[in-house]
Amino acid sequence: MVESTFWEEILNITLLSLKVSGTAVLIGALIGIPIGTFLGFRQFKGKRALMHFIDVMSRSLINTFMGLPPVLVGLIVYLLFTSSGPLGWLGLLYTPTAMIITQLIMVVPIIIGVTMSAVGSVEKTVRERALALGATEAQAAWLVLREARMGVLTSIIAAFGAAISEVGGIMITGGNIRWWTRTLTTAIVVETELGNFTMALTLGAILLSISFAINLALTIVQVKGAGR
Amino acid sequence: MPIIEVQNLFKEYSGRQVLKDVSFTVNNGEIFVLIGPNGAGKSTLLRILDLLEEPTSGRVLFNGQLVDYSSRASKNKVALRRRIGMVFQRTVLFNMSVFDNVAYPLKVRGESEHIIGQKVKEALELVRLSGFEHKNALALSGGEAQRVSIAQALVAEPELLLLDEPTANLDPRNVSIIEEILFRVNSERKTTIIMTTHNMLQAENLAHRIAIINGGRIEAVGTFQEVFGKPAESVRNFARLDNVFYGFSRITTEGTSIIDIDEGLQIEAAFRKIGNVVVHIPPEDIIMSTQPLLSSARNMFEGRIVQISDMGHIVKLKVNVGAVKAFTVQITKKSFREMQLTLDSKVFIAFKASSVQTI
Repeated sequence: MVESTFWEEILNITLLSLKVSGTAVLIGALIGIPIGTFLGFRQFKGKRALMHFIDVMSRSLINTFMGLPPVLVGLIVYLLFTSSGPLGWLGLLYTPTAMIITQLIMVVPIIIGVTMSAVGSVEKTVRERALALGATEAQAAWLVLREARMGVLTSIIAAFGAAISEVGGIMITGGNIRWWTRTLTTAIVVETELGNFTMALTLGAILLSISFAINLALTIVQVKGAGR
Repeated sequence: MPIIEVQNLFKEYSGRQVLKDVSFTVNNGEIFVLIGPNGAGKSTLLRILDLLEEPTSGRVLFNGQLVDYSSRASKNKVALRRRIGMVFQRTVLFNMSVFDNVAYPLKVRGESEHIIGQKVKEALELVRLSGFEHKNALALSGGEAQRVSIAQALVAEPELLLLDEPTANLDPRNVSIIEEILFRVNSERKTTIIMTTHNMLQAENLAHRIAIINGGRIEAVGTFQEVFGKPAESVRNFARLDNVFYGFSRITTEGTSIIDIDEGLQIEAAFRKIGNVVVHIPPEDIIMSTQPLLSSARNMFEGRIVQISDMGHIVKLKVNVGAVKAFTVQITKKSFREMQLTLDSKVFIAFKASSVQTI
């Protein structure tokens, strides 16, 4: 009986981790890929001083946000959703939704940044070649995105890797409530503090396995993509 | 009837004049070859003709119609580009199969699958790459990749084909395949071709007319013989030799000639000539040193070794002078060892004015 609860709880924790980080990355990709693609296109910049200024500022901001400390994100989300905060009336604090929002704020800059540089690295040559072959600007842009697909995929994997291993942010906004908002990383923290090293190490092994599976999939896709 | 008329074209990049008052006409069905050193403005000129860049001033007429370069005319630009095929100097292929690469220009034009299948097959036959359909384009050799990009440019049967040094850095076999493709396309489909090259032999073999472009200006236009004032055969033997340069020659007050072979790079020769010349300096006449020499040699340049070829008891070295001009120098292996030369060594090369032969 005790055994079964142990594994049940582990399953619950693992699934919640996957759900929170997976949802955050999915929504993050829907927001980040279009923005990253847009910023990666150089045709918009350099011509006018204002465009150049916006370009420099947005790049610097994105790079800063890519390295944003999760704890700080957690704190800000907490202050927004706490009962006396501006969004407190939503009652989202200490829910998986709050955790998803926290991770979303973390992963969007990562997806934008990596997509932007992937698109930027092929944009000039591929766009020009496509135009020279008779493509419209829209057709050329689509081809650029297609050629940058490996980089876009990398951005998603990098974002998921960061999200699944993140602890500080979701600890604050999720509250690490058993059977409700406890994820692999927050559980490891609490189990270690309680001296339950078996549980902590099991969770750690699962976390590592998920990371490995994701990277394995990425490598296979990359090898296929390069050598097809 | 002219297909292209270029009138008083100027192009400026952040204050630097790349094209200066360029005017010429290309007739329908012609192979027109632009010859000139790197940085002469050849690529920029082709990019303007393909509407990838707009001129600072001047006009281009395509089949008698004025080309609108303004950003308002983007629809017209696409329509016009679809009548022109372009091959870049640096091959850009997409990360997909050879078939999909060649099919791309037809797909963006909304052609049916049936037509695409048929035309891609024909284009691949033309560039002698039948059977390569399912290979990934990024896995091809340099010569094969360049031929795929020629197939891309030709698959939609353009009226005008632009090629920017299509055979630079390719092995002789691929060069001759490409020359044959261009000859066939021109004679069978009557496609007009404008191409740039460094290779004099290629210009002489393919071109109906040539233009010499140097420092952003067109210096001469005409048949090979008209431009160089010589039967082509006399140039032929030297075309693939090392140290062949062309430029404008003028006579100095001392009775020698100064030839501008590149911007800022001048060779002094013992002959007296005015006009465009092709000159040759035998590699064995060039003296190489690690320090500047005080000598009677009228020509001395500082350069860097960019290539070393061991030919047995002699060593052939390629020395870059300035950004682009490469001289081939031949020295004995013994001197090579004693001077302790390596790649990227700074060296001085010197040769007498009388070693500069006109071809």
